[in-house]
Amino acid sequence: MKYIDEFRDKEMVELLIKKISSITTKDIALMEVCGGHTWAIQKFGIPSLLPKNIRLLSGPGCPVCVTSKKFIDQAVAFSRLKDVIITTYGDLIRVPGSTSSLNIEKSKGGDIRIVYSILDALQIAKENLTKKIIFLGIGFETTAPSSAAGVFNALNENISNFFLFSSHKIMPPAMAALIDEGVTINGYIAPGHVSVITGSHIYDEIPTKYGVGCVISGFEPTDILQSIYMLVKQIHDNNFSVEIQYKRVVKPEGNIKAQEIMKEVFTLRDDWWRGLGILKNSGLAVNEKYSNLDAEKMIPVIVEETKEEKGCICGEILKGLKKPKECKLFGKVCTTSNPVGACMVSHEGACNAYFRFNN
Amino acid sequence: MCLSIPSKVISINGNKAMVSAGGTEYEASIQLLDDVEVDDYVLIHTGFAIQKISEEEAIKTFDLIKALDAIEDEIDKEDKR
Ligand code: SF4
Repeated sequence: MKYIDEFRDKEMVELLIKKISSITTKDIALMEVCGGHTWAIQKFGIPSLLPKNIRLLSGPGCPVCVTSKKFIDQAVAFSRLKDVIITTYGDLIRVPGSTSSLNIEKSKGGDIRIVYSILDALQIAKENLTKKIIFLGIGFETTAPSSAAGVFNALNENISNFFLFSSHKIMPPAMAALIDEGVTINGYIAPGHVSVITGSHIYDEIPTKYGVGCVISGFEPTDILQSIYMLVKQIHDNNFSVEIQYKRVVKPEGNIKAQEIMKEVFTLRDDWWRGLGILKNSGLAVNEKYSNLDAEKMIPVIVEETKEEKGCICGEILKGLKKPKECKLFGKVCTTSNPVGACMVSHEGACNAYFRFNN
Repeated sequence: MCLSIPSKVISINGNKAMVSAGGTEYEASIQLLDDVEVDDYVLIHTGFAIQKISEEEAIKTFDLIKALDAIEDEIDKEDKR
């Protein structure tokens, strides 16, 4: 078993579509929170398979997309310091800042290196003792444990020239905020790999407080369709709960070891999300114990004033209020090779996925 | 960024493992997991194994989907417009 082909089986896809269509003809809006789901849904053409009464909305679960411009501007400012090496996941490098981007800084000679893992950044730190190595930590609960492990290892291995610049965020406050704002969501296709870490209980409030179901889904076509079936069934039965479709990797309790290392290194803080603004206790900052490894505390830098780009409606797209095609810049001024906003840069961004798979 | 790759554990050395996915072998940290064994399938995310993949649960999921075929369609009359 390789866990991929089996979940793309055509007969199972057809069966699921038939079942979904047979439950209800009511209008239903389901939001896929995670950018990985947005990508998969567009790639496999899921919307065209579904009956017309079921609409899928893309949500705020694209780390690069929700990251503030100020974070990019500060990373750019760090990269201009002579003794600094920036290490980052590839996604961030093309995101436009207010007046520059990491890509532009790199072409001007900034030492900016794309890494696959924070462990590669630690290795760079060990090999460049006269430099300060800053790792740009973005992502939700899926990625935050690896950043925490990197910081934990750096302290324990006495690597004193390594720093984390954290923009890590957690998912539940954004899911609650969307409903609080009045976005019509009848069910959440909940993020699969976030839930691998957190378990299913982080969503418990969504059905109890808001009467909106959550199904934690895998990323293959039959996973997504089965999750849609489960949500539509919850809506039809008027019985809302948190269910796990992606049981082969998601346990109700999650990955406790990963949760513990996050708790060891991070503390919650209020954080800014594109489209949603500041959400209480939604961001992860490096805590006191590890403050010597916190780039924000240890490396002072002057950051330019933030300027948002005109015409980009990324914020509304992240709330499921608009589709990429409703943006005047989409496909004309803003393309994957010349992205104006973050939603076009990241592979998980809705604009990027629509552009690649529908254009 | 939340994409994670199912990979097979080939060998283990302390906190590190060699894993293989789609014919490529690479190193991953198993620091975030207990009891990883050779031949296990694990999910790799940004260089870390974040969970073991349960074959038993994967099979149960298929069986659940296949079993849907036997369930009567139950569309509500009132739902039809
Ligand atoms: S198409 Fe480009 S400019 Fe328009 S919302 Fe998307 S990222 Fe922003």
